[in-house]
Amino acid sequence: MSQVQERQRSLDQKGERKEKVTQQRGSILAPFKALKYLFKKPWTYCFPFEQRPVSPRLRGFHINDLDECTGCGNCADICPNDAITMTEIPGPLPEPGRKNERPTIDYGRCCFCGLCVDICPPGSLSLSRDYVHIDHATDSFTVMADSEKSGNEAFVPDEQYSLFKASLAHRKQANKGFASDLAYSLLNLERIEMPEVPAEERRLSFIEMVRGYAEEQARNEASRCLECRLCEDACPAHLKISDYVKAIWQSDSQEALRIIFQDNPLPAICGRICMKHCEEACSLALRGEPVAIRWLKRFAADSVSDYAGALGLKPGKPTGKKVAIIGAGASGLTAAYLLRLKGHSVTVFEAMASSGGMMRIGPPKYRLPAEAIDKDVDYIASLGVEFRFNTRVGKDVLFEQLLDNYDAVYISIGMQRSRKARIENEERALMALDFLRQARLGPVPKVGREIIVIGGGNVAMDVARTCVRLQQMQYPGQRTVTKTVSLESWDEMPASQEEIDEAREEGVEFNPSWGPKGIVLEGDRIKGLACKAVRAVFDEQGRFNPTFYEDKTMFLDGDMVIEAIGQTYDLSFIPDNLMQSLEFTERRKVKVDENGMTSIPRVFAGGDIVNLNLDAVTAIADAKRAAEGIDKMLMRK
Amino acid sequence: MPETEQRELLLYFGPQHPGMVGNFSITLNVRGDRVVKATANPGYLHRGFEKMMEYRSWMQNFPMCCRINVMDPDPYEMVYAMAVERLCGLEVPPRAHYIRTIVLEMSRLTSHLAWLWAFANMLGFDTPGQWSIGDRDLILDLFDLLTGGRVYHIYIWPGGVRRDLPDGFAERALEVIEDLARRLGDYDDLFFENRLFVSRTRGIGKIDRETAIALGATGPVLRATGLAYDLRKTEPYAAYASLNFDVPTRQEGDSYSRAMVIREEIAQSISIIKQCLSAMPEGPGFAQPPNPFKWEAPPGAVYERIEAARGEVGVFLVSNGGNKPYRIHFRSPSFPHGILILERLLEGASIADVGHIMMSLNVAAPEIDR
Repeated sequence: MSQVQERQRSLDQKGERKEKVTQQRGSILAPFKALKYLFKKPWTYCFPFEQRPVSPRLRGFHINDLDECTGCGNCADICPNDAITMTEIPGPLPEPGRKNERPTIDYGRCCFCGLCVDICPPGSLSLSRDYVHIDHATDSFTVMADSEKSGNEAFVPDEQYSLFKASLAHRKQANKGFASDLAYSLLNLERIEMPEVPAEERRLSFIEMVRGYAEEQARNEASRCLECRLCEDACPAHLKISDYVKAIWQSDSQEALRIIFQDNPLPAICGRICMKHCEEACSLALRGEPVAIRWLKRFAADSVSDYAGALGLKPGKPTGKKVAIIGAGASGLTAAYLLRLKGHSVTVFEAMASSGGMMRIGPPKYRLPAEAIDKDVDYIASLGVEFRFNTRVGKDVLFEQLLDNYDAVYISIGMQRSRKARIENEERALMALDFLRQARLGPVPKVGREIIVIGGGNVAMDVARTCVRLQQMQYPGQRTVTKTVSLESWDEMPASQEEIDEAREEGVEFNPSWGPKGIVLEGDRIKGLACKAVRAVFDEQGRFNPTFYEDKTMFLDGDMVIEAIGQTYDLSFIPDNLMQSLEFTERRKVKVDENGMTSIPRVFAGGDIVNLNLDAVTAIADAKRAAEGIDKMLMRK
Repeated sequence: MPETEQRELLLYFGPQHPGMVGNFSITLNVRGDRVVKATANPGYLHRGFEKMMEYRSWMQNFPMCCRINVMDPDPYEMVYAMAVERLCGLEVPPRAHYIRTIVLEMSRLTSHLAWLWAFANMLGFDTPGQWSIGDRDLILDLFDLLTGGRVYHIYIWPGGVRRDLPDGFAERALEVIEDLARRLGDYDDLFFENRLFVSRTRGIGKIDRETAIALGATGPVLRATGLAYDLRKTEPYAAYASLNFDVPTRQEGDSYSRAMVIREEIAQSISIIKQCLSAMPEGPGFAQPPNPFKWEAPPGAVYERIEAARGEVGVFLVSNGGNKPYRIHFRSPSFPHGILILERLLEGASIADVGHIMMSLNVAAPEIDR
């Protein structure tokens, strides 16, 4: 204060202090000048006959577009007054990214602050310009926010609106007030950018293209999560995503890893190649970029060097029960892990020399380096799971023997047989899985300078991008090209957008909506691929049934053709008598019950032979179900 | 009858009294029509905001701040936002500073105009109050346009402001404040230069500078004792550092001086709003704070203060590193004005002056209790 007093003193001395209004007493008549207002029109409104215009951004009663609302419940979480309750609605069943709950607002508690509007991820919730509610019933103050879009008759046109009936059941149509504005919202819609190796550099080798988050980046990315848990419903394996993302935000990777391992023992693998159904359901994805859940899982796995130390998991008390698992892929490994934790002794039969299954041969090294696979599978092995590598069931050991010697059998063999396109000279084409297996495990195949890959799925992308790299390595500095041909158009292509974009960045050429007709030979050499234009890929029922314009053709030059049009399973190891009793679904998948058991008693199944998603995380989900089922069956006896 | 022979009576002034400033009361020991002793009785309006804020997250707290003083709500939003911003190291974009300044000055105008109504009424003047409440309403309409609410604006939040200026706001705001500026002359004729007003207030409720400082007076009460102490000048916040305005003062420290300081501040606020509107920078009005569900402020304690209509509004905010305040305390100008100074000034006053002395201090009861 003394400083101020000093300043004041100097001001006083300089005489700068101003007193604008005179202290002189005014004329005794001056106050009567006010009489002039007698003749002016008053400002007041003659309510209710005259009404004040309502501000365009008035914060009145809520309106909610029920179709756009996802039921995430962020509005209820941010409400400072607990005025919002999420109420179950009849009608649409919950689906990934949508709950069947909608906000109900108690206007006895609401303070009309509008925080709910600013945190609403789809922007469906807004405040209206209605603010008058007249009703004698106190419970009429608690209503589910609604809008005319959902056919609610409470919303009437301007001309039918009457102030005398004004209430939450009689409101003006098209009367939106304080609405969502992304520039002023509480949603952090921009993802922390993932450091990547640029396309020009990565196409030269199999270097892992995604570098992974540093701690600070991971923490910042995790801090975007709103904890609405829509992702957890969307994840086939229902990982507790909100919880582990929160743990990462709290800089506790070990805790994050412990949470992940409750549902998924393959975080280093899934943290790289998961199909991330969760991110599609993320609230933030509605108007921005989803939380990078997959990369955060990878961060948790990569930042903990010693799984065993961090997790402290021990195999359960021995139960004396034995389980055989056929196939050491995502599903088999997860089932082995879960059953081992329950104390059963587990033996995994694997035809290849190492575990990992499709994860080992499918995704190329630039997506999934061998170290990541080893880290996860070594940990599972360390729990005491017995692996029998190079052991093909049906050849090295019979399926019947497994049934005799083990209390339960889990079939998780995946889809190992490449589908054929049935075109001319097909014997000259390479099959995708063979090619990828060789590229990954060696000997590295010799590739052509001009490669044609048939297919538009993720495997085709893996093949094409592997080809680009091998061409760069085998023909350095020379002109090489890799092109894909797919029946599907750009919009229909089954490969993920991310894969398509990255393949294009690396120089892969695309020929969508062309069907292969035959491989054209010139003498003994492949000259190229004859193609015909696609009329439609799917029939009217939406089933895969391509039709072509036979007269509209195209010729693609090429000296190598690889088919990547899909795979199918090979169940020939099951003896005929049992095969007859094995039931299948309409989509030719092995039919299992709610415990994951097939129609053959004691035989369970999961993974690509059961589900339609054909990805690792669904295989893990199947394994969880089957492990529960097997445990229930074994412990009942 | 000589005063010594008169009996001392206990007179309850409020809380049920038309001249009371709200849920507040003063117990007066009177002898004849002289007040011997006055005791302020706060406590009718305790809502427990400070405790409630310990249970709500950093973002959930801001809609509650404005409710501490309904007459002048925005400084509380502002000071809370400033404290959170300083604690968490948040930057506020320049445009938000200017919009905040406009909002704060509009709030000062509405507060001063409401004061004029109450003060004039205490002195038996009805017309100025009718006018000032009418003029205040036009500013409330401006708030409505800008924030979507007339009384509780819930507009200044950590990171900036809730929404940008709407289309046509600047024009409408200019219209309203220029109209008010024109009408100030009428107010002078009717009230401020009115002989009745001057003779009712001169020399009444007098306090000297030293006592005012010692008792914690701020705002117009302090400036009416001749001290040009205004936080907008001494510790500029928002856009005040780049604006040109005067700090009106008076020397006498009486009821009249306080009223005249407030009267002159109305003109200054009008000028500040005009300057802000013409110098409004482009750009965003909001810099996003952390995700409200994952927001932990670093541990520490901050005290932020600003110049509200009644004086220094401050907030002491303590964080233990969690997602909500560990402790939060508001310093409100009406606390010293309405208890310490009021009790002092009422001693020896005439009963007829009790109401206007109280209003000359511009006491807001909800600020005292919280």
